[in-house]
Amino acid sequence: MSLVSYRDAVRSALRDEMLRDQRVILMGEDITGYGGSYAVTKGLVEEFGPKRVMETPIAEAGIVGFAVGAAMGGLIPVAELMTVNFALLALDQIVNSAAKCHYMFGGQWSVPLVVRTVSGFGQLGPTHSQTFEGWFASVPGLKVVMPATPADARGLLLAAIRDPDPVIFIEHSLLYSTKGELPEGEAADEEVPIGSAKVVRAGTDVTLVAYSRMLLQALQAAEELERSDGVSCEVVDLRTLRPVDYPTVVESVRRTHQLVLCGEDWRTGGFGASLLSELSDRCFDDLDAPIQRVASPDVPMAYSRQLERSLIPTSDEVVEVVRRLN
Amino acid sequence: MYRQLVLIRRFEEHAAEAYAQAKIGGFLHLYIGEEAVAVGAINAVRETDHLLTHYRDHGYALVRGCDPKACMAELFGREDGLCHGRGGSMHLAEAARHFWGGYAIVGSHIPIGAGMAYAMQYQERDEVVLDFFGDGATGNGIFHEGLSMAALWNLPVIFICENNLYGMGATLAEESPVSEMRIKAEGYTMPSIQCDGMDVLSVYEALGKAAEHCRSGKGPYFVEAMTYRFRGHSMADPELYRDKSEVQRWRVRDPIPSFGDWCVEHGVCSSQELAQINEEVEGEMLEAVAFAEQSPWPDPAEVGRWIYAKPIDPESPARSEGAGAAVPLTSDAGV
Repeated sequence: MSLVSYRDAVRSALRDEMLRDQRVILMGEDITGYGGSYAVTKGLVEEFGPKRVMETPIAEAGIVGFAVGAAMGGLIPVAELMTVNFALLALDQIVNSAAKCHYMFGGQWSVPLVVRTVSGFGQLGPTHSQTFEGWFASVPGLKVVMPATPADARGLLLAAIRDPDPVIFIEHSLLYSTKGELPEGEAADEEVPIGSAKVVRAGTDVTLVAYSRMLLQALQAAEELERSDGVSCEVVDLRTLRPVDYPTVVESVRRTHQLVLCGEDWRTGGFGASLLSELSDRCFDDLDAPIQRVASPDVPMAYSRQLERSLIPTSDEVVEVVRRLN
Repeated sequence: MYRQLVLIRRFEEHAAEAYAQAKIGGFLHLYIGEEAVAVGAINAVRETDHLLTHYRDHGYALVRGCDPKACMAELFGREDGLCHGRGGSMHLAEAARHFWGGYAIVGSHIPIGAGMAYAMQYQERDEVVLDFFGDGATGNGIFHEGLSMAALWNLPVIFICENNLYGMGATLAEESPVSEMRIKAEGYTMPSIQCDGMDVLSVYEALGKAAEHCRSGKGPYFVEAMTYRFRGHSMADPELYRDKSEVQRWRVRDPIPSFGDWCVEHGVCSSQELAQINEEVEGEMLEAVAFAEQSPWPDPAEVGRWIYAKPIDPESPARSEGAGAAVPLTSDAGV
């Protein structure tokens, strides 16, 4: 079985759904000749033509509004917003149009669209290195996924495109070159269900909950803790941020009695804060210690490599937090 | 068309009365004075053509044939409302009539209309999209993004700007560097026409031209209807920003009596027939209000209905295969 990159896994899902369903169209900035700023859509305009792979003006709100209308008119648009930082320009269309149409018009029609966007950093400075998944995950009417592995990226994107509701699909720039196995044969067409977390490493002493890039950090930390401290970590990949699969996390905490939440977002008001609130309610009787969080300090991301390193949550920080617990 | 003009007027007069009695809550934006735009425009296109509007949306719904009873019940927040009390006055819609709703974030539906027009073009459907908004919306970036894309891709969408001289309480001179909004469309190479929004026939003629242009594959078209709202921006508006004499001047041009006179002068119908229409519509509106009052309240236990077309419940025991079991992960963790 060959290893496939996260980037190629996303592209394969886009391509296969376009082959399967004529209604699926892609739109976004620099997704044609340029191939996408992270090269995800490379080759697709050559294969499917400019009517199905649309180069758009630099107009994030317009792109999403247009996609909402195209979805209402019978298409299944997958809109790419170059980074989640730029997605802020489209917040109104995402929150007030995409997420509201089905509800406020009494269920008369749905808006089957996917907004693909990218979180991440890498000396990009204060305005290009942010992470806003919690903002989207706070909105009823949206579904929000944030895959960590190539297989989940493919499986969740298939599910997102086939879902009748608006789905925010957040990739991570530092995951694009990571590799993993994809299901083959008939299994290749299987979706990863939205709303299901996954225990990716079994353990007995502490539960680490993570998603996207932080999953890899949590797994690294778990190896280190096993090796150096003899602490056995169970690692749960949340995969979907709305709706959250709380039962999988709660079951795990019932076994381990300790919980650490790992995210890249800011400590104040970040997605981790919302997770913590809900899980402290649900797990209170099973916990031997307060729930811990790994998050970014409340500081804008600085450009300088040394400063940036001081802000990004890493596996070392996860190890440290677990050691404090034990 | 005369009946539709009266229908909108009487519907809204009854709605204003109900609002004063606190039977309707929130915002109520009346279209009174501007009726000729919705009536002229919608009658000039096919029933299968698509409509999107701003939040001052009662008129479009009624002209498209939505049941006045269901419209009134929506304003009353009742279960029999067009949207089962989820949307209210600003969010009427009926998909079966290709009336895709009122949108209440100013200008937000402008690119939505362009996207829908793209879907028509893509599916080779012979349907055009009518996208209505006010002069105030042209100050918003989303207006420009929507027009730019519609022009770029040559889409069958008619943008109809109802220029009523005020963006809420701001005068045109305060909110826009140009007094004619069609000038803004010129930058996108979009052909445009201006019409008298107080004259139903002038609007009808302009939309006929625009629809023909769009349907023949020539791309988007911009219509500017010069009009005036007789009432405040919403029921909460004390109207401190304009003179009563200005309102009086415009009221002389009230689209309803002037079109009624035209009908009589041209032998379309007699003044007795017009009076009869007025009476019939008044009866229908009394029925609509009675219907709305008697319609049940929506069940609060159902308040979460329609958040999703496909709700996903991770709490359900039948949830998600693949959860729970540990499996090896092969991604390199070098991030």
